[in-house]
Amino acid sequence: MRSPELLRHAWAVASKDLLVELRSRTAIVSVATFVVLVLMVFNFGRDQTAVSNVDLAPSILWVTFTFAAILALNRAFQIELENQALDGLLLAPIDRGSIYLGKLIANLIFVATIEVIGLPLIALFFNVRVLVAPLVMVIALATVGFVAVGTLFSAMTVRTRFAELLLPVLLLPFMILPLRWAALATGLLLAGRPLSEVQGWLNMLAVYDVVFVVLAILLFPATVNE
Amino acid sequence: MLRAEGLNHRFGAIRALDDVSFSVQPGQTLAVFGPNGAGKTTLLRVLAGLIQPQRGRADVVGGRRAIGWIGHQPQLYAQLTVRENLGFWASLYDVAPPAELIARLGLEAHVDRPVRALSRGLVQRVAIARALVHDPTVLLLDEPFTGLDRVAAEALSRLLGRHAAAGRASVLVTHNVEEGTGLATDVAFMRAGRFVHFAPRAGRGAAQVAEEYRNAIA
Repeated sequence: MRSPELLRHAWAVASKDLLVELRSRTAIVSVATFVVLVLMVFNFGRDQTAVSNVDLAPSILWVTFTFAAILALNRAFQIELENQALDGLLLAPIDRGSIYLGKLIANLIFVATIEVIGLPLIALFFNVRVLVAPLVMVIALATVGFVAVGTLFSAMTVRTRFAELLLPVLLLPFMILPLRWAALATGLLLAGRPLSEVQGWLNMLAVYDVVFVVLAILLFPATVNE
Repeated sequence: MLRAEGLNHRFGAIRALDDVSFSVQPGQTLAVFGPNGAGKTTLLRVLAGLIQPQRGRADVVGGRRAIGWIGHQPQLYAQLTVRENLGFWASLYDVAPPAELIARLGLEAHVDRPVRALSRGLVQRVAIARALVHDPTVLLLDEPFTGLDRVAAEALSRLLGRHAAAGRASVLVTHNVEEGTGLATDVAFMRAGRFVHFAPRAGRGAAQVAEEYRNAIA
């Protein structure tokens, strides 16, 4: 399959998913509410004299975004089970990698929207500067990595009885490394350290993204075969 | 147009397909009758490539692009309008949304309504339009008349007639002998994953086929 066709079909799948979500708004409302509630609980439930904001913020940022993303990823293939639309997708004469890629694009836009809602709240509650280019880059690279793996596992688990439980159980081991790198880089950047000090983490996150996006595109057809 | 050779498939201890072989030529409509659990849906899913058989092979001339599927479920997105649904499926086949098909199925007045707001009969009509959006040469139909209103059932029968007259092939599976016989050029009876009868209909009516079916399945 040629790349323009792959990308065109992927975009068709992604824009359809986003339109379905725009119409129903069920996932975005529930995940956004989850993000706001978690950040409020962390903000009001901590002893502000015990740990400094700069030390606490990276962990809270990544805990919040990780669980919000898992909630979002759980719904990625659920919409295809309704009315057996997944069969229609698998019957279409398209590269099955384009289905994965479309889901990945839609999930990334969805999770990015959640992060855009969460970041100002983190800045407000923890009095840290989050809208700086290097930190946005760290968040973007880490998000691509775990959403890429999560989208693949979402396809694998969607037809199982305990899909909502299985997805985080399978996904979390794969998230440990990028989360660790992202949290370390976030801590340094929030502490005002220069970009050069986190360049190594950024490189590793970029390599992780490339490896897992390529692997997921290759493995996806096998995960959806009966 | 379609050939199945030695298809075998099990789900655990259940033998869903047991050495099934047949072919369907241009202009043929094969109706496969069988009780629930006979393996009819598995057979269609194997023909469509949705299930890889454990043994044997199924080939459709033209591959996935040639296949149109009408099943129990409409394969539509409830939140999207009829136009958006058909536009999406057409884009996956790199064809334009089928205005003529929409008119033929009497859907013009409903194109901008979300599928969730349509009656079951209308949803089934949209599902038929979705299955035919790319003008398939082989139709696979799984209990296609289930839930159809009279208008949709007539429209589907007309479409299947036109499909066969254009030299195209169909495989229809159902447990309802009466509704399937009228469309069939060939009939097969399926029991416990096996074809126990496969022959041209040769002018036999629904009552005669139904009696043969009862005898073969008993």
